[in-house]
Amino acid sequence: MPGKAQPIAFINARLVDPESRYDGAGALVVQGGVIADVVKKPTLGQLSADIRVVDCNGTMLAPGLVDIRVKTGEPGAEQKETLKSACRAAAAGGVTSIVIQPDTEPAVDDPATVDFILRRARDIELVNVYCAGAATQRLGGERMAEIGLMLEAGARYLTDVDKPIVDSKVFRRVLSYAKGFDALVAHRPADPYLSAGAAATEGEFAARMGLPGVPVVAERIMLERDLALAEITGARLLVDQITCADALESLARGRKKGVRVAASASINHLTFNELDIGDYRTFYRLDPPLRSEDDRQALIDALSSGLVEIVTSAHAPAPAEDKRLPFDEAVPGAVGLETLLAGLLSLHHEGRVELIDLIRAATFAPAQLLGLPGGRISPGAPADLVLCDIGAPLYLDADSLISKSKNSPFDGRKLQGLVLMTLAGGRIVHKAQE
Amino acid sequence: MTKLVGIDDVRARTFAFPARHFISVSDLNRLQVHDLLALSETFVALNRQQAKKLDLLKGLTLMNLFFENSTRTQSSFELAGKRLGADVVNMNPRSSSMAKGETLIDTAVTLNAMHPDLLVVRHASSGAAALLAQKVSGSVVNAGDGQHEHPTQALLDALAIKQAFGRVEGLTVAICGDVAHSRVARSNVIMLSMLGAQVRVVGPPTLIPGSAERWGVEVHHDMRRGIAGADVVMMLRLQLERMQGALVPSTREYFRFFGLDREKLAAAAPHVRVMHPGPMNRGVEIDSDVADDLSVSLIQNQVEMGVAVRMAVLASLAARLEGRN
Repeated sequence: MPGKAQPIAFINARLVDPESRYDGAGALVVQGGVIADVVKKPTLGQLSADIRVVDCNGTMLAPGLVDIRVKTGEPGAEQKETLKSACRAAAAGGVTSIVIQPDTEPAVDDPATVDFILRRARDIELVNVYCAGAATQRLGGERMAEIGLMLEAGARYLTDVDKPIVDSKVFRRVLSYAKGFDALVAHRPADPYLSAGAAATEGEFAARMGLPGVPVVAERIMLERDLALAEITGARLLVDQITCADALESLARGRKKGVRVAASASINHLTFNELDIGDYRTFYRLDPPLRSEDDRQALIDALSSGLVEIVTSAHAPAPAEDKRLPFDEAVPGAVGLETLLAGLLSLHHEGRVELIDLIRAATFAPAQLLGLPGGRISPGAPADLVLCDIGAPLYLDADSLISKSKNSPFDGRKLQGLVLMTLAGGRIVHKAQE
Repeated sequence: MTKLVGIDDVRARTFAFPARHFISVSDLNRLQVHDLLALSETFVALNRQQAKKLDLLKGLTLMNLFFENSTRTQSSFELAGKRLGADVVNMNPRSSSMAKGETLIDTAVTLNAMHPDLLVVRHASSGAAALLAQKVSGSVVNAGDGQHEHPTQALLDALAIKQAFGRVEGLTVAICGDVAHSRVARSNVIMLSMLGAQVRVVGPPTLIPGSAERWGVEVHHDMRRGIAGADVVMMLRLQLERMQGALVPSTREYFRFFGLDREKLAAAAPHVRVMHPGPMNRGVEIDSDVADDLSVSLIQNQVEMGVAVRMAVLASLAARLEGRN
């Protein structure tokens, strides 16, 4: 593997390192799969002859992205996405670590399935693949899954993904039991009864469109419960996909009270609002549904202030047969591995969030939360890096995506941010065509 | 040949029980526990000789009233009563007319009309023994009430520890497993702390009450850390209905993290002794390899001590009854 690869020096880079909060000129050397040396000036001085030198010409060199919410169809629905196609898409998008969600068929709810995913991923040798384990058996929300054994097998956190655990007693037990291992439990706050059948956010727009809506309080109601249970159990909670101003207020209160809570937002809810549903395009059929512009702005503010620490792609491949349907019948979800970075950069270009905070939310913050080695630029850290021309124009054509499914809401959008090179464990896993 | 134990030895050591009933370990103070343990040791010696019978309780009626099945505890009380010469009646409320809708208080009043002197009660509800005690004129011995207490179990455990180590004070005792639902754990925490042991409770957070720290014990969720350096490891029974995803994901996960095997036991003191109130779930909370190793396990001793401490409790309660008459 990496050990024998030729050392590479990156010079004249705009180094963005969220761990040390450095955004400025920099250079570094990659050797033996790790970052061997970093300097906060354009060049490294005398380099030995066998080093390959990459002149970054002032483009951004940042930690490879760490995306903690990635679905594939493997095992069970390989037509949507395989682990391999997801890894290739990740590499193309500058994502060097992905955390696979357990809602596969069969679900990842025992140590053998965790082991299966990790073994399959090891053979692919592209980006770093981790996986999350189910919180309850078969994601059924009734019986606790083998949390301890899955953690031992390598599961990084526990989640029932899109399915809220309705029974508060069950969720309390999951939190409490996970606390014994100091494990992180992710939960998507959504009242399932209020959300049932909804395809859009309740309000004037959904009413006019004639789409069944869910009120945003469905998120707040469940979040308040989750925070209260995290409080009494002392467990670590990740609020998965927070989307609205209402819930952000609850989150802020919970954190102020000392609840051990982190929160993630999807790039989709930071980028789009309910009006994008406009012509019933099912690529905008998401769960939770897209919110109002006010909610989106509140979410961006929360990201900027650090209330929401993590951004994910919420990568959810859905093939044409799942999307070529009337809006409310279409399967929710969007692919995002290849557009996460460009989506983040658009928030920077709009001047809404500082670049370093955006990069942090998709690198160091998630890596730190899950205890992953990536997301850092410091000597000894794995050489998981992305080199990106953040100003280069990019027209997104969903058909050109590497993902097996093409359901991207960015389809047809003009973006900025071209991934020039992606390194994972010191190996070049993606390089833009000249 | 050593002198046989006789009624005079017992009389010399018997003291009147401090209360009419024995509901909780908290009914006793430290000195009284020591007295009971000393008397129990006399009965251990008596039980080991061929002539085991005394007529200390002659004329008294002992009624076993077990609303919950228990072969071990019921026969232990039955033997204790019989060896002391009491008339022992085993009522089985579950299969009698008492099961047919009669309330606990009606049952108590009915039985009280038969004038039992000693009423040994086991019931699935916490507080049932105390309720019964208010309604009968004899002495009530709590043989386990719900998830509350099992005071004679704590006494027998203390005696087994004392016999193995010569003392209880200063020892570190780790109580492991389903503490939340265990009356054995509650009684032992009180008893062993009173006798000066350092008590720890060990188990997954779903099986440890959230307020356990306030019991004056150390709480651990990691088995190896919880039993590190312990002199005594006391395993608790895990009810099977609490597994399979309810409070614990599965039997195999429980055994992996909280089942006592040689590997985990290596973290304890080299001279560690292992206890279990029985009946054991082998391969769930305890490995047979450990349970059956007589150099480590005190499980058989616990059963033996059970009869002796119950004789001591009955004798002391009877002494109080005599004093009152």
